[in-house]
Amino acid sequence: MKTEEIGAAVVEDTRESVSFGTRDKDFSKEPLCLSGRGVTRVFHTGKVTTVAVDHVDFDFHKGELISIVGESGSGKTTLSKMLLGLLEPTEGEIMFQGQPRDISTGAKKREYWKGIQAIFQDPFSSYNVFHKIDSVLLDCINMRGGKNLPKEKKYEMMTEACSFVNLKFAELTNKYPFELSGGQMQRLMIARIFLLKPNILLADEPTSMIDACSRATILDMLLKLRDETGMTVIFITHDIGLAYYISDSVYIMEHGKFVESGKPDKVMLEPEAPYTKRLISDVPKIHEPWDLSTVDLLQNA
Amino acid sequence: MKHTLKNVFHSPRFLVGFIIFMFILLTVLIYPYFVHRDPLQGLGKGFLEPGTYVSVYDTNNTGTYRVELPEAAANRLEATLPVKDRQTMLNYLKAMGADVSGLDTSNEHFEELISAWKANYSEADAKKNKYEGFATQAQRNALKRLDNSLNADTSVAMSIVRGEGDSATTTKVAENDYVKVDEVANAVTLPLGTDNFGRDTLTELVKATGISLLVGLLAGSIATLLGLLVGLLAGYVGGIVDDVLMFIANIFTVIPGFVLLILIYSALGAESRSIATCAIIIGITSWVWTARSVRSQVISLRNRDHVNLSKLSGHSLFRIVTTDILPYIASYVVMAFILQVSSGILAEAQLSMLGLGPNPNELPTLGLMMNWAKLFGAYTSSNAWWAYFPVILVIALISFSLNLMNTGLDQVFNPTLRD
Repeated sequence: MKTEEIGAAVVEDTRESVSFGTRDKDFSKEPLCLSGRGVTRVFHTGKVTTVAVDHVDFDFHKGELISIVGESGSGKTTLSKMLLGLLEPTEGEIMFQGQPRDISTGAKKREYWKGIQAIFQDPFSSYNVFHKIDSVLLDCINMRGGKNLPKEKKYEMMTEACSFVNLKFAELTNKYPFELSGGQMQRLMIARIFLLKPNILLADEPTSMIDACSRATILDMLLKLRDETGMTVIFITHDIGLAYYISDSVYIMEHGKFVESGKPDKVMLEPEAPYTKRLISDVPKIHEPWDLSTVDLLQNA
Repeated sequence: MKHTLKNVFHSPRFLVGFIIFMFILLTVLIYPYFVHRDPLQGLGKGFLEPGTYVSVYDTNNTGTYRVELPEAAANRLEATLPVKDRQTMLNYLKAMGADVSGLDTSNEHFEELISAWKANYSEADAKKNKYEGFATQAQRNALKRLDNSLNADTSVAMSIVRGEGDSATTTKVAENDYVKVDEVANAVTLPLGTDNFGRDTLTELVKATGISLLVGLLAGSIATLLGLLVGLLAGYVGGIVDDVLMFIANIFTVIPGFVLLILIYSALGAESRSIATCAIIIGITSWVWTARSVRSQVISLRNRDHVNLSKLSGHSLFRIVTTDILPYIASYVVMAFILQVSSGILAEAQLSMLGLGPNPNELPTLGLMMNWAKLFGAYTSSNAWWAYFPVILVIALISFSLNLMNTGLDQVFNPTLRD
């Protein structure tokens, strides 16, 4: 195990502990966590109608790590917002833990969000710049019903959450999120999830804005958190290579539709949809010339 | 916060605007401690040029408030006891056989004549002896009146009074002395002269500036609060709420605000138009553009990740709006507020200029002063520049300083505008 200095905190690289052991597990026997039938979202801008998500079906099981892969504009973020309940589907139904999801009132929404949480793409815009780190973490404790806990207990919980992501709370207290580096901010986001312990975590490209080194640390922490809490992780990414390595199942999304889905080995090694083939060939390979001809492959399809 | 304030005060534009504005504000606040005059008190008749004035009334009509020059003193003695009367006195003294050697009717022997008179004349004696030339009752009555008039103060030396009321001190000065103007009671310096009502323009201007600032501040606050509320609701809640609020805003946009103001104002009647009514009406007709710009800012903010995260943390709508949206647009709102104050002051001035301002009998405003100057021909027949030019200058300075502050803030908060 090696250590590296990132910003103010000493970071321990714990990548060796990563477990890819669930890769061959059959999750279809696990209880359903989140599923959708015919989920559609249409946007109207003047006379222009855009179908961002077009009749998608999905079944996410407990403890599963699902990757939704697609290029920019394929509808990934719209789908994730619908899954989070920040956007209502125009059509279709989303089931939460086997029951039709009801988020019609503020109270029901708050209850739903105890079960599903998110990490967003850009750590720099994820925090309110006027709030200190303490208040970000305290919000999570309060949300889990810890509002009346003694101060010392809260401090202890925050310290524990920070040490889970290799941050030192004592150094962060009374600081603002923007005083941290991008990687540290994203780890703080994971500390937040650690405190909230939701059933489902939706990670919307959590590593796309940070450097490769921090990326590995973040992924490692996400996987560790999944292993410890048994939560479902929905990983939204444009990076099919990354999805291959970490996922239990992969959904390939193109123009608002799932064009292919299944176990990563099946999807990556025996791709059927031309879009999947293109995505795979778009991954640059070291020591090999990059084949850019697949762009035509999609256009001719 | 501290850092932002430091940046703000390092902006030269903001600083210049702030200094001008503070100068005006401090003048308004401090001036009344030095000049206690009622701003609506008339001091004279019509437009008086800037200068120092002495109250003619006090100089002529009270016994003690007198300052006169040598020739004037001679005239006053003449007026007090005409030569004709002096001759009568001399004749009487001669008739009764008193010693009149060295006495005559000239001013030089005025005092001797009077003391001789006081020593020898008595009403009873005149009646009893009926001296030659003074035998009739009418002649004796004339003597009696003359004596009465002499009992008034006829001292040669003049007195002036400094101060007022009980603390007044009387100083005697000789006839041919010069007296400093500021030692004269009821001498008044009018740096900006008087307006058509004979009111001290400077005192009136300071009071009017204070009132106009108050109107601007009130109108600006109402407009900003209303605009902020509508903008936040429309922008954040969206949907039907947005549609309804923007519909109302659109109506206010298409009806020219100033025409609406004039209509509401004329409908109210002069008596019911107070300063507060003025501010409220200006406020409720000028919130629209604040609402529109706040709305567009909020729309761009409401889908930011930190707002989504706040929602996911279970925060209420009120909390999200006040802690996740409002702080992000605070600088913008401050800038909008400054402009609203400035336009509130201008709107009041415009309305009053047209004779639709607050009730003119209560308090002066900058607009009312302009209106009076216009009505009483300060621009034209009287050519009394002091009655309107300082008012124009103050309005321009207030507007200029507020806009300068706004531009300075804009430069600090909007990095793309920095040089």
